[in-house]
Amino acid sequence: MTLDLEMAEIAKVFFQESREGLDVMESGLLTLGAGADAESINTIFRAAHSIKGGSATFGFAEVAGFTHGVETLLDEMRNGVRPVTAEAIQILLQSCDCLREMIAATEAELPLDQGRIASLNSDIAHILGERPQAAPAPVAPAAAPPAAPPDATAEAGGTPSSGAQGWLITFEPVADLLRLRNEPTRMFTELARLGAVVARADTSRVPLLDALDPESCYLSWNLEVSGPISRAKIEEIFDWVESQWRAEPMSVEKSSAVAQPHLGPAPEARPVSAERGPAPAAPTAQKAADSGSIRVATEKLDNIINLVGELLITQSMLCGFADGIDPNELDRLRQGLSQLARNTRELQESVMQIRMLPISFAFNRFPRIVHDLSRKLNKKVELKLTGENTELDKTVLEKISDPLVHLVRNALDHGLETPDRRSASGKHETGSIELGAFHEGGNIIIEVRDDGAGLNKAKILQKARERGLVAPDQDLTDEQIDNLIFMPGFSTADQVSDVSGRGVGMDVVRRNINDLGGHVQISSKEGQGSTIRIRLPLTLAILDGQLVRVGKEIYIISLLAIVETIQVSKDRLNTLVGRTEVFRLRDEYLPVVRLCDQFGVEPDSRRAEDGLLVVIEADGKRAGVLVDDLLAQQQVVIKSLESNFKPVVAIAGATILGDGTVALIIDVPDLIRSVRKLGSGAVTAHAA
Amino acid sequence: MSTAISASGADKSATETSAQYLTFMLAGEEYGVDILRVQEIKGWDKVTRIPHTPDYVLGVINLRGAVVPILDLRRRFGLEAIDFGPTTVVIVMRVGSGRDERTVGVVVDAVSEVYNVEAADTKPPPDVCGSIDTVFVKALATLEEKMLILLDIDRLIANSITDEPVPGVAAA
Repeated sequence: MTLDLEMAEIAKVFFQESREGLDVMESGLLTLGAGADAESINTIFRAAHSIKGGSATFGFAEVAGFTHGVETLLDEMRNGVRPVTAEAIQILLQSCDCLREMIAATEAELPLDQGRIASLNSDIAHILGERPQAAPAPVAPAAAPPAAPPDATAEAGGTPSSGAQGWLITFEPVADLLRLRNEPTRMFTELARLGAVVARADTSRVPLLDALDPESCYLSWNLEVSGPISRAKIEEIFDWVESQWRAEPMSVEKSSAVAQPHLGPAPEARPVSAERGPAPAAPTAQKAADSGSIRVATEKLDNIINLVGELLITQSMLCGFADGIDPNELDRLRQGLSQLARNTRELQESVMQIRMLPISFAFNRFPRIVHDLSRKLNKKVELKLTGENTELDKTVLEKISDPLVHLVRNALDHGLETPDRRSASGKHETGSIELGAFHEGGNIIIEVRDDGAGLNKAKILQKARERGLVAPDQDLTDEQIDNLIFMPGFSTADQVSDVSGRGVGMDVVRRNINDLGGHVQISSKEGQGSTIRIRLPLTLAILDGQLVRVGKEIYIISLLAIVETIQVSKDRLNTLVGRTEVFRLRDEYLPVVRLCDQFGVEPDSRRAEDGLLVVIEADGKRAGVLVDDLLAQQQVVIKSLESNFKPVVAIAGATILGDGTVALIIDVPDLIRSVRKLGSGAVTAHAA
Repeated sequence: MSTAISASGADKSATETSAQYLTFMLAGEEYGVDILRVQEIKGWDKVTRIPHTPDYVLGVINLRGAVVPILDLRRRFGLEAIDFGPTTVVIVMRVGSGRDERTVGVVVDAVSEVYNVEAADTKPPPDVCGSIDTVFVKALATLEEKMLILLDIDRLIANSITDEPVPGVAAA
């Protein structure tokens, strides 16, 4: 039973790695379009090969079988036997999709889409079949090209000719061999089952004891295995250490074949591995880069983050305590505490860093999306990505992906014109879409910029009036008109396509971004394109907060949402119909929220002029919040109220203050929404 | 996180026929909850109020870094509220399972005992059961001529937090 569990665990890793492999293949294939170089084909091939090997190991025969076809095609491309055509790339891309689905289905133990697999298989077979003699041997992907003369075939790939007495194998593993869970002794045992083995280890690279890393492999071997053994059998054993070994048949003719491998008309697997064998630099470098990161469950990280948050709380509690006691030792205590404060802050920052991922994780899918979509829409597009290394919180990253896809699809479908329309208006045929990310203050800014037609303001305004979103006589600034596209149910597309135009997008995009504590804005110039700007907080886990007091309760308002804080003068506070109070701030009337009434707390005083008015803003809307007093500003660790309770109106979460008590964090957009809903109809006529 | 009693919801390892219950007092009646649900018992301390919640939700406390809601069982059952005294305690429990698993504290008059209750000693609750919503009563148990009210704590807490009406029960 434990074995089953272990297998399931390992299989999980395989699924995960296969997905990553597919991502690698996909991005590699997309760059192939531009110009094929051997190394990028090699990268794709390696990814496919690992998936095949892995799936075969776990007994997912269908996945392995399908990948085999893909691999064969890639192998021929890699060897230069087959040109890299757009058609082939398209089929390989589709195969990636198909494989992704197969893997998902296998993981979920669902039936596979046999029809699709079969049709792609026949597509691949069709391509492979175009050159009649290129039919690959079904078992060994590294089978010989039949174009080679018969004797070369025998040596290069298939079973050794009858004269062959065995194989001479040079095995030069990378230092990471053992860490990659390969066990040379087991491989040698397997080898010994095929025939008598004479092994000679080369120990020349073993360093002195103090420099020796016990987990590294410093040895290489020369193995002679005798007997009539097929190359495929040996390949099977050395499957996981591809490119770290060479095998030469130990026959009389071997020397000539090895010495002049290029004599064969079609250089094939063995020359390739021979070429890579002595210099396994590329894969090693790649592995070194990989080992720079480890997979950690998010849950574990969250645990650490919670603990560090608590440490911060304890520290501020101690600091508060130190202020209270007097005498002589105080200085030393203070010193120690300030050091603790510095250390905890640094610790917290570096722990928070762990959750940060480069935005390339979200950006990486766009080359493919744009590639597919531009084909479908017959538009020419160049996609530019900038700032891919900008880091943001994993949760934010996950939640921003879908809205971004939506925005990019929109830009392609609605924004960019067709090539002839573009050249007619004097623009370059190829449109451009830019996706960029950068830091600004405590925020991340993501921009989606296109050089398309821009928003048609007249049309938007007309549609908005038709739908009653804007009153007929209402005047709007250009910016206000542009941002109407974020209203629910709004679409200016004349035709609803399956790409976009149903009007169920932009409001959802805005909603998602607002839920992340972010903000989205669009600006556009007719004929020149549009820019959508998303502002997001760096992280959802901590917040720069202003502590405010109402009666005995303390609440926290995000500093980013506070515009200013003012003393209330009675004559500028008026009541609108019913109970709604408004405050005249310069040339603007702000709805006023009395936090005491909103939250049912007994305030110090009911007279507004005794308190302070905190002006808050979200989504471009403002409100004044009446509180009794402002307290400190501090970074607070956001704790969920939902995990043990449920969401509460106008409350975004909770935090723990220095004295160990819980304080609630105010959800500014929600608070403004709720007060505006209750508030005057005139102010919010168009913001249903 | 260290807990006094490790309470794992799914663990029903006590034998088929008997289970351990922690009992507590509420307005003179003795109630029991599955001891595997109980995480710890702590004294009453100040809470932070939460707006827009029913009166029996007293607020939230900081339990070693977690924000934990505290419910007043007296008010939940519509019993007369009393001032919290020296025996007043908060029983912290893990309730629900999977995504709905929550840590919640309930305030009771006093803790009483831990009993081993045989299945044979339990009776289903009658339709009418004094001062408590019978849907939250799992069973009644008789022990040494005493009646214990065994609560379906998962259901009680889930219902108290989500505020969903329970069929057949008038609002408390």
